[in-house]
Amino acid sequence: MSDLRSLLHGLPGVDKVGVEARAAALGTRSVKTSAKAQAIDLAIRMVDLTTLEGADTPGKVRALSAKAVRPDPADPTCPSVAAVCVYPAMVPVAASVLRDTGVHLASVATAFPSGQAPLDVKLADTRDAVAGGADEIDMVISRGAFLAGDYTKVFDEIVAVKEACGDAHLKVILETGELGTYDNVRRASWLAMTAGADFIKTSTGKVPVAATLPVTLIMLEAVRDFRARTGRQVGVKPAGGIRTTKDAVKYLVLINETVGDDWLSPDWFRFGASSLLNDLLMQRTKLTTGHYAGPDYFTLD
Amino acid sequence: MPERLHVRKTYKLYVGGAFPRSESGRTYLVDGDNAALASRKDARDAVVAARKAQPKWAAATAYNRGQVVYRIAEMVEARRAEFKSLGVPGKEVDAAVDRLVWYAGWSDKIAQVIGNANPVAGPYFNLTAPEPTGVVGVVAPASLLGLVSVVAPAIVTGNTVVVLTAAPQVAITLAEVLATSDVPGGVVNVLTGHAAETAPWLASHDDVNGLDLTGIEDAELATELERAAAGTLKRVRRPGVTDFTADPGLAPMTAFLETKTVWHPKGF
Amino acid sequence: MFDYAPAPESRSVVSIAPSYGLFIDGSFVEGKGTFKTINPATEEVLAEVALGGPEDVDRAVAAARRAFQSWSALPGSERAKYLFRIARIIQERSRELAVLESLDNGKPIRESRDVDLPLVAAHFFYYAGWADKLAYAGFGPDPRPLGVAGQVIPWNFPLLMLAWKIAPALAAGNTVVLKPAETTPLSALFFADVCRQAELPQGVVNIVTGAGDTGRYLVEHPDVNKVAFTGSTEVGRQIARSVAGTGKKLTLELGGKAANIVFDDAPIDQAVEGIVNGIFFNQGHVCCAGSRLLVQESIAEELLGSLKRRMSTLRVGDPLDKNTDVGAINSAAQLARITELSEIGDQEGAERWSPECQLPDRGFWFAPTIFTGVTQAHRIAREEIFGPVLSVLTFRTPDEAIEKANNTPYGLSAGIWSDKGSRILAVADQLRAGVVWANTFNKFDPTSPFGGYKESGYGREGGRHGLEAYLA
Repeated sequence: MSDLRSLLHGLPGVDKVGVEARAAALGTRSVKTSAKAQAIDLAIRMVDLTTLEGADTPGKVRALSAKAVRPDPADPTCPSVAAVCVYPAMVPVAASVLRDTGVHLASVATAFPSGQAPLDVKLADTRDAVAGGADEIDMVISRGAFLAGDYTKVFDEIVAVKEACGDAHLKVILETGELGTYDNVRRASWLAMTAGADFIKTSTGKVPVAATLPVTLIMLEAVRDFRARTGRQVGVKPAGGIRTTKDAVKYLVLINETVGDDWLSPDWFRFGASSLLNDLLMQRTKLTTGHYAGPDYFTLD
Repeated sequence: MPERLHVRKTYKLYVGGAFPRSESGRTYLVDGDNAALASRKDARDAVVAARKAQPKWAAATAYNRGQVVYRIAEMVEARRAEFKSLGVPGKEVDAAVDRLVWYAGWSDKIAQVIGNANPVAGPYFNLTAPEPTGVVGVVAPASLLGLVSVVAPAIVTGNTVVVLTAAPQVAITLAEVLATSDVPGGVVNVLTGHAAETAPWLASHDDVNGLDLTGIEDAELATELERAAAGTLKRVRRPGVTDFTADPGLAPMTAFLETKTVWHPKGF
Repeated sequence: MFDYAPAPESRSVVSIAPSYGLFIDGSFVEGKGTFKTINPATEEVLAEVALGGPEDVDRAVAAARRAFQSWSALPGSERAKYLFRIARIIQERSRELAVLESLDNGKPIRESRDVDLPLVAAHFFYYAGWADKLAYAGFGPDPRPLGVAGQVIPWNFPLLMLAWKIAPALAAGNTVVLKPAETTPLSALFFADVCRQAELPQGVVNIVTGAGDTGRYLVEHPDVNKVAFTGSTEVGRQIARSVAGTGKKLTLELGGKAANIVFDDAPIDQAVEGIVNGIFFNQGHVCCAGSRLLVQESIAEELLGSLKRRMSTLRVGDPLDKNTDVGAINSAAQLARITELSEIGDQEGAERWSPECQLPDRGFWFAPTIFTGVTQAHRIAREEIFGPVLSVLTFRTPDEAIEKANNTPYGLSAGIWSDKGSRILAVADQLRAGVVWANTFNKFDPTSPFGGYKESGYGREGGRHGLEAYLA
């Protein structure tokens, strides 16, 4: 599909130094007092509380799911997170806890994290997860095919997985840490969106470089420009490496000043994270109580 | 047999590669020869010629400019006898040739000596390099060595010049050298006459970028010209050098070089 | 939906005295008269400052002359250590000085904190290291200082311009008399205190506050050997005239009307940032501001859409709020000038646009503004506005872009945005400007020479080149 190539290679270039400077400048925004309280609650509502370990067990997933529904058992005003994110094998366990709670259930699929499996295996993986109760699928693209310039293969896979998802929302993981350049991040974003992604997501969390502010900035620019061109809005999910409230607030600032209100909602922006939630909870408690919080007062799951 | 009648030379101006008379039709006597007496309109025309020639001359490779200046040296050497007949001592002709050779070699080195790669505190390529100022008005000293010592540094760096001189025979003979030395027309223009009459027009001219006052001996006139040059903030080289046999250093070249610094980010 | 709460930097880190004298020969002394300096964001009086008269300038030049004997005789390595000390003290006091600068100038604390002060310290560090290496600077084996330097600086980057003047002068062994701008004298007076704290020998640095006349006395003073001025081209011209025939060495850093050229293959999001940074940085009070946007016609509409969207996120207001992007206009006079030229833009038929933004009731403010439909013939395309006002022009080919960019008496800076390396290099070669930023804008560094072509002045500040102005 030479059209695909001309689309992706016709996108404006990204200057590395410029985009990093812009992201760093937005990172100096000072979000305090009432704005911070608002930001923390929004960030909690945007968390895809994640566990993707070989050591995951039903017990672990059950505990995590319970926490997703009621992150701070001591404070009923604390909102639930957006979703729980687990491996397909754990989907039925999580589903049993999350049913009717309003918390979504996301499953990674398509031979996560490498994506190096035949297509029929990937599709079966996807269908299993959906059948087990996942209403969101986080797929990985074939970075090898992308880097080899086989955009059609990547595109076709996304289309096929999207179809296998049925009503489930499809998040497409670009694994930006393996793409090598910001130009590729922009191209992969457009490729995924054009193929039907509901969300574009930075990372699996399984390679050394996960979500960064500049990468997320480029992806936000991509969804903004894609909507301007096609009318369809796509969500963004940075994942991996976001551990502190301070980090999360920087991402919210990025949304606020790049794409604005339309993306400031869990429907359009998610954090793929595990330890972030507890830091958000501690900061939230600090704002309510006026003194610093300690980790012993929050659940470790 | 009567002695053969000597054929005299008519000393005209040198503008845009040609040797026109003054548009004013004026001449004046210099050592028995009639020389053109340049007017303000000749100055105006010479600036037009210099401006026209400047971009291409500046865009020529430094290697090329160096070869052209070296060619001037060859041609002066070949006219040694003629310059001597005009009263220029042989040693001075030699010095003028050597000075030209010296400047010829600078063409592709000056940028390396006065340019810089700057280690800025950030991910940027940052390079400083010289560029010619543009059109320079030059009030030249009367001697051949003095003349060569102000013209060569200005042109080897890519400027074009309008030279005012009170020594038509030597200067126009040098112009004849230039006309046969692969120097593109308009790169050097020579106006003979009185600096006091024409220099103020160059000093105040909006399309002249630099002014070399080395040949001015009258301090009051120099001040007046420097003041007039302030109107468009011309680069002014003040009078000061009188011993042209000394090592000129870089100042004659840097006086009419601009400094450009280019930044570019570095990133994949 | 997501409003940042006010995040004011604390004013209490800086203590401004009710009045200040002139700093001459190591002491604060009274001047001929006084004037007031105000906070342009509130119009509140910050302090009363001495007005230097001719006798005061005489005293300051005499003090600098006396100090020159011993200062120039000091080994370079000793001068270096004084400058390193000054750099360190500035780093340690940078928060205080940043707040002071924002109070007196109106610039956002984000800029005084992240741009001005770090560059001030870096400049002293850079030139400190030159003081004992002058023989290696390429100006001959034994370069000598000139003597007493008379320096006059503008109000847009008060402390940074002071650093650009004083650091190379002192490193080269000169002594200085510096006159800060009338509307922003305070950071120079605090710098006087930094000199005392560094135990810099008396008379090496003298600060004479005042207005235009004070500056004139200084540059025309017969015992000044070197004049350095940053400011308007008109005043630069007057100084060049007055210096004529005196033999004083002169460097001038004057006005500009920089073209910021955006080609159709530009990295567009970074180009938009570059345009914004080019014209709205420091309220556009920047001589090298990218005040003429030359955009390739084929992408003009799209680019302007992005630019307007981006401008809508600019936060205009309290300079001390850490989230402010655009602060106050420096003075009522400057505001009047910006307002007047913008009205001329309206009258000449250009189309004005500003994002909706609420401007404070008190103080001097001007919303970020762009004019579209501007041609080379418009005054807003030719004259330096020195405010947050961008004139947008279009071009069709690289040749046309270069022609329009160079079609000005100024030649300070220029910008190029393109993803094609050979195009960038060719255009950079042909632009008649002293600083060319390609795929970036308004970047400064002590190692990088800064200064203009044509009527933007002559001489360079910064880098090895910056030493030349202070050496014989």
